[in-house]
This record gives sequence, C-alpha cells and structure tokens, in this order.
Amino acid sequence: MNPMQIKIEKANKQGKVGLIPFLPAGFPNREQFWKELEELDNAGASVIEIGMPFSDPVADGPVVEKASLKCLDDGINLAWIFDGLKERKGQFNAALLLMGYLNPVLQYGLDAFGAACKEAGVSGLIIADMPLEESDFVKEAIEPHGVSLVPLIGLNTTKERMALYADGAQGFCYFVSVLGTTGQRESLPTRIKEKLTEAKEVFDIPIALGFGIKHPDQLKEFEGLMDAAVFGSALITHIQSGNTSDSFMEPWK
Amino acid sequence: MKKGYFGDFGGQFIPELLMPPLIELEEAMKTILPSEEFQTRFTAMLKENIGRPSAITYCPNLSKDLGLDLWLKREDLNHSGAHKINNTLGQGLLAKMMGKEVLLAETGAGMHGVATTVAAAMLDMKAVIYMGATDVVRQEPNVNRMRLMGAEIVSVESGTKTLKDAINEALRRWLADQENTHYCFGTAAGPYPFPELVREFQQIISKEARQQFMDRNDGDLPDVVVACVGGGSNAIGMFHNFVPDESVKIVGVEAAGTGEPGCDDSAPLDHGTDGVLHGMKTKLLQTEEGQILPSHSIAPGLDYPGVGPEHAHLQDIGRVDYTTINDSQAINAFKVLSQREGIIPALESSHAVAYAIENKDKLQGKSVLVCLSGRGDKDLGILDQIL
Repeated sequence: MNPMQIKIEKANKQGKVGLIPFLPAGFPNREQFWKELEELDNAGASVIEIGMPFSDPVADGPVVEKASLKCLDDGINLAWIFDGLKERKGQFNAALLLMGYLNPVLQYGLDAFGAACKEAGVSGLIIADMPLEESDFVKEAIEPHGVSLVPLIGLNTTKERMALYADGAQGFCYFVSVLGTTGQRESLPTRIKEKLTEAKEVFDIPIALGFGIKHPDQLKEFEGLMDAAVFGSALITHIQSGNTSDSFMEPWK
Repeated sequence: MKKGYFGDFGGQFIPELLMPPLIELEEAMKTILPSEEFQTRFTAMLKENIGRPSAITYCPNLSKDLGLDLWLKREDLNHSGAHKINNTLGQGLLAKMMGKEVLLAETGAGMHGVATTVAAAMLDMKAVIYMGATDVVRQEPNVNRMRLMGAEIVSVESGTKTLKDAINEALRRWLADQENTHYCFGTAAGPYPFPELVREFQQIISKEARQQFMDRNDGDLPDVVVACVGGGSNAIGMFHNFVPDESVKIVGVEAAGTGEPGCDDSAPLDHGTDGVLHGMKTKLLQTEEGQILPSHSIAPGLDYPGVGPEHAHLQDIGRVDYTTINDSQAINAFKVLSQREGIIPALESSHAVAYAIENKDKLQGKSVLVCLSGRGDKDLGILDQIL
C-alpha cells in the first residue's frame, strides 16, 4: 500500500482527519523551507505536499502563484528539491508528495523523475494540468519507482469519469472543492456533499478535500465523506504574516 | 493518430475541471456545427456582416520593384479588420446555440478581443476580454474599440503582462465560470478541440484564396504561399487547403524580435523545444528546466512563446518551411507596402510581407501569395515612436 494511504488511514484510525499541508519548494526562502517542513511533520501532517514551482501555474490562485514565482526567482528547481530531500531521507514521519505542472517534469525526464522520487523518499505526484486522457505515459514511467499518480477530481467530474480515475488509483484521491483556482474561500459550495458521496462510492482509497480550506471548522459538515484535508494558500498567508507552520497546525491537531 | 493529436503534438493538458466544458464543446462540434441551422446562419453572417469573400489583390508596384508577382489575401478588409472575426463569429454562434451567454477571450494585439466583442454584440452575448497590461498600453485603439462595444476588459498584471499571461488568467476565469461561459480561444492552439475548431473556421481563407488565385491565373496555383505565425490561426487558415498541393511551397514566418543574438523573440518553431503549455504539447520557448521564457515581438499578436500544435506537426513532416523576420525588417515592410500600394498592414502581417521583400532574389519570377491577416491602423501608436 502506498505510504500516503497508510498515513491518512492511520490518522483516521485515531479519529482524526489526515492533514495534507502544501508549501511551494523554497518558500518562504531556501533555509526556512526545510524548517517549515520539519514543523509540519512534527505537528502531525499525514502527507506533505511540496509544490514544484512553474512559470505558468494556471490552476493556482494568486497566493500560490506569487509564492511559486518568488521561489523560481530564487533559483529553485527540481534538482534542488531532490537534493534537499535526499539529505533528509528518513527524517519525515509524513509521506511526501510533489505537486506541479507537467512541463518541468517532462524536461527532467519521466524515468529520471521517477527514479529521483524514489531516491528522495517521495511516494506521490500530482500534475495539475494532466487529465485522465493524458496520464497513462506518466503513470507507466513513475509507478515502477513506487510513485503513485494522485487523481484530481472536482465538482463537475461525472461519476463515470470518477470510476475511470479510480481504476488502479493509489495513495488518495484529491477532491477539488470549488470550480476555480487554489485559494481560501469564505464558504464552500453546497454541492460538495453530493459529489463527495459519489466519490466515496467509487474510490477505495482515502478522499482528501482541497482548495479553499483554511480552518478545521469548515470540515465538520463533511464528516464521514472525506478522510483528509489539503491546505495551501491559508498556510502560505499565515507564514507570510510572520507566523510559523506549527502555530497554523495547532487548531488541526 | 490519437484523438486531438497532429503527429506527436496536441492533446489536452489541462486541469480535470476543464475537461467537462471541453467534452461539451467537442460534442457541439459534432452535432451543432454540421447542422443546417448553424451552417445557414454562419454563411449568412460571413457574407452580410464580415464581407466575405475577402478580395485577393495583385500588387503591381511592389511586384515590379521586387521582380516577382505579389498577391495579397485581404483579411484586413474583413469587418473589424482582421482574420480573427472568422473564428469568433463561428465560435460565438456555436456557443450561443449551446446556450452560453458569455464569450470569454484573451487577446494580444487586441484584434481577437475586438473580434470577440463584435461577435458578442452581434449575437447579444456578453464579452469578457483578458489582455496583458503591456498590451493594453501598446494597443490602446483596440482597447477603446472593445470598451465602446461593451466588453469588460481585464488588464492582466501577472508574469510578462502579455498574451501568455492573458491566456493563463482567462483559463482561470473559465475554470470558475464554465457553466454560462464559452472560452473563445483566439488561435489554432490550446487543448483539443480548439486547434481543430479554430482551423475549421479559418480554413475559409485558403479555400477562397486558392480559387480566387486560380480564377485570376488561368487555373494555375501560386508558387509560394506565406503567412505570419504567432499562435498560428491565420497561417493554418491560409495553409490548410494548399497542403495537398505539392507544387506549392508553404512558408510560415515567425517573429525574431530585435534579431540580436540572445534577444527575446517569438520563434518556437525556429529554435524552441518540445513541451507542454496551455493545454497542448507543442514547440515552446523554454529553459532546460521547463520554465517558459518571455517572448518578444514588435507585433503583439505574434508575441507568444508557443505555437499551435498543427504547425509543429507540419514542420515535423517537412510540409511547411518556417523562418523568421525581425522587428526592423517587419517595420520596413510595413512602410514599403503602405507607400507602394496604399495598404497599411498589421505589424503581424508585415512579417509575412517582409519575407517576400527579404527573399526577393530567390523568388524572382515566382508568384507569391501572402496572407494579409489584418490592417495596421492599430499599430500606428507603436510606429509613431519609431518612424
């Protein structure tokens, strides 16, 4: 079983929602990034999602985009991410996931990317600009290295398409809570419950709710329909305000 | 060939959340587009509102100067001043018949934004236009036209503030507003089915031009067909019906920027590499690490680091030759065509005209048919600072 699934299910067995914080690699700066990862890990993250900065992140809202572009300006690239993770391999309790866009991964080389993930202890990958129709060649390249492609679905994904994504899916399913980009919302769409119910019927791996999540209180109405929560923009904003990852994680513990 | 691909290029590299509207659009292409109702209404609008067929024009003075026969396919004579209206009216009508209320578009030079706004007004729809902040300044006449005709203009401040970033923001808007909104993609690029859909609406350029040229030349075909290539919609329209004609040499002209070594340019087919951006696998200007490089051209409509996937394929199979023209060569063509024929070409189209001028020695005695994709009034502000 993929480590991401193991970690989320472990949290669920303890009566908790799996926590999946997202930070762009190199944010807020090269040194501090690794300290933030440690804090997130110590605070009980099930999976840590590390953003691979890309120049044209169409699925991201302004907070993530701005943070990612700053990381690119600071020279962050895949080699830096893999080198840093290799140095720290075995030090994280959480499973590690890389999230980004296809082009940098393609240029790195798919097989080399899979091998580097394995060497760095990364067990999952999310590609924001790659739907089911284009995913086979990526899966075929990374799965032999023990890296799972996490499906990304949403409010407008039909149950039939969910079933196609669910076939052979590993780790967890990322359910996007809004029609739009990443970023905090004051309220979440009412259709989420209905669609989460469909997803629960289709997937036999954990379901994580992401996009627009900023506080655990938002999740109460979805109890039993989701197993983990992903939060990025709220965490980034919290750190940008001079706070720590640890204090952000406090209400989630 | 895999659906949505031209050889190795094309595809649908977009977030899952955009797949339902793309699937809906693909379905509409199969059902609404061939319907008698659509075809009747569209054909009538092409004639009555756009002024099709557009003329082909022989250029006697320049032909004499250059020692070749120069012909122009006059898309600049279309209502709203460019080839863009063929596509926006087609997509607009399709969207209207799909039940959409809003036409969303990105624009570089502003011509696609103007054409989308015209289509929206004609079809009683709302137009929302995304435009890079840099382009908003350098294409002010088009911004004013769009505002006058009722469009909502969104100035994009992110990234390089040009077409690439306008596309990013328009895609984000579409993610959020997909139920009532059709993304009227402006060029033969992006995720499937856009490259095929835009080509379908633009191929009328070569359908008309081919017949018009033969009618004027005792059934002969031109020796060379030329068009400028940014995203590539006027070019794919100009090339499509000539591709099977083996005797016709087809040339696509990309923008070389200033032409200085190491300058930013807009020529991914000339020296880009394979990659994925804006929903398609194509040739891109990018770093070795896959970050998209800033592009440049004096012609805003060519200022794009990617290109439609069919062009990458046509280059791959050797059917079309792609070359470059730099800013100063395009400006020269802009002036020469204006002064010798009384036709002010768009800076984009000036790149195609410049090909004939710069290559006159090897084109001696040949017939050269150039797609004049748009008129140059919009560029006078840019040229005021240079001329």
